Amino acid sequence: MTQTTEITLAELMIVAASEAWRDNGEVLASGITTIPRLGASLAKLTHSPELLMTDSEAFLVSEPVPVGPRGDYKPKYEGYMSFDRVFECVWGGKRHAMIGPTQIDRWGQTNLSAVGDYAKPKSAVLGVRGLPGNSINHINSLFVPNHGPRVFVAGEVDMVSGVGYNPKRWGEGMKQDFLDLRLIVTDLCVLDFGGPQHAIRVKSLHPGVSFEQVQAATGFPLLQAEGMGETTLPTAEQLAIIGRLDPHNLRGAILKNNPPARKAA
Amino acid sequence: MALNKELTAAAAIAQLRSGMTLGIGGWGPRRKPMALVREILRSDLKDLTVVSYGGPDVGMLCAAGKVKKLIFPFVTLDAIPLEPYYRKAREGGSIEVMELDEGMFEWGLRAAGMRMSFLPTRIGLATDVLAKNPQIKTITSPYDDGEVYVAMPALKLDAALLHVNECDRLGNTLVRGADTFFDHLFARAAGRCYVSTEVLHDKLALDAETAKLNPYERYLVAGVVHAPCGAHPTYFGPNYGWDMEHLKRYNTSATEDNGWQKYLDEFVAGGEAEYLTKMGGAERVGKLKLPVF
Repeated sequence: MTQTTEITLAELMIVAASEAWRDNGEVLASGITTIPRLGASLAKLTHSPELLMTDSEAFLVSEPVPVGPRGDYKPKYEGYMSFDRVFECVWGGKRHAMIGPTQIDRWGQTNLSAVGDYAKPKSAVLGVRGLPGNSINHINSLFVPNHGPRVFVAGEVDMVSGVGYNPKRWGEGMKQDFLDLRLIVTDLCVLDFGGPQHAIRVKSLHPGVSFEQVQAATGFPLLQAEGMGETTLPTAEQLAIIGRLDPHNLRGAILKNNPPARKAA
Repeated sequence: MALNKELTAAAAIAQLRSGMTLGIGGWGPRRKPMALVREILRSDLKDLTVVSYGGPDVGMLCAAGKVKKLIFPFVTLDAIPLEPYYRKAREGGSIEVMELDEGMFEWGLRAAGMRMSFLPTRIGLATDVLAKNPQIKTITSPYDDGEVYVAMPALKLDAALLHVNECDRLGNTLVRGADTFFDHLFARAAGRCYVSTEVLHDKLALDAETAKLNPYERYLVAGVVHAPCGAHPTYFGPNYGWDMEHLKRYNTSATEDNGWQKYLDEFVAGGEAEYLTKMGGAERVGKLKLPVF
């Protein structure tokens, strides 16, 4: 039990995120912000060495670059991947990105633009960024550090930035074939799109979290995946790799109070 | 030298007119032609349509009331994710917006540079980018597939502002940063392109390897402005990193009473030489650590 109490929820989420990139083949793995990036890095260093990664600026690296100040570490370049090239990669579909949108709806549509009335938003966020292009071109997963009804909204997201499985949005002749939403890793659970018509299901619950708690924190009805279990705890080997990838413990600052992997009763 | 395109920043900005559509190169808080942007802040220009992968350039122009319409995929300071003055303008409903995906935006610039009215893409379908921009139409493939695409309209620019590491008086440029972003497409999309530079040469004489760092042709360049540290406070690789201390100061000003006016008075009004002195001179700026991503 001592080991369980030492493992943090952030570390559990890193391991859960890494699973998104399993068996993707040779694609660019883009984990945006600390936990998704550590997840992609862990995937490359364990089950999926074929993944391509960048130094998060402009170069492909053969080994994931640790997050934060690098000290003596020198990135191991294997190629070039400027933003121009990333766009070409996106359009060719050879990428799996995991990002954290402001809102997500039951169709997997995402919003990173503005909350509230579009003409005079309550909160202007970043802008749609690359979400329309990413979502319609390649595999995507989502990251939510604060699972609640303000993120998982009841109706559609306020400004549909990334596309989802909402049939009303897809007119005749629009190619939906490349839309491929995989996992949503939150601080409560892991969700997937495996229900009827890609409905969102709880794939696994983090230790100490109930399905009812997840449902109460979600603005739309959730399904339970067949065999819904508990999210797997990191192994000692995974924790050691995470420690090397994040020597300054930036992961400890992502979730409020850096809670343990098992939610207190 | 017969071809001498050197101008002062003020002379370059004096060639712009209110109501123009203005492209600004760089990406977020990276390689922004800030000396030229500050010169706009000192000018009477207004009602601009600003086309930018937005950073503090957009925030400052919004704060100064220069922006009528913003064409953009995002506005951010990266390490400070939410740009404070963009948010104020957006949440106050004081600017028109044409919000685009990053790739659609690139496609619009590319179309303009190719003198096309549009380029087709799948991007934007099934999103509110189309719903909020009803002027953007779709088009059906004339081939057997019959696929429906977005016809991304050309983003034609009256002028573009870019910052480079080195250039000469003829308008030959060198960009030494790890990523050249989409500056070349801004140059091609613009009727006139003004380039500010850290180092100004009479005439570049390059070896083949260095010549590869030339991002676009000199016939695209209307004027060159010698502006050392001209991208400050943004990241300008490999010369200097972004100035987090200053960006924090700028960010905080948005929370203070009359904060923007105070920022203008303290940093911008006195001119570029005074600005640089207040930033600790080229010596301090040159030592700003390159960001680690």
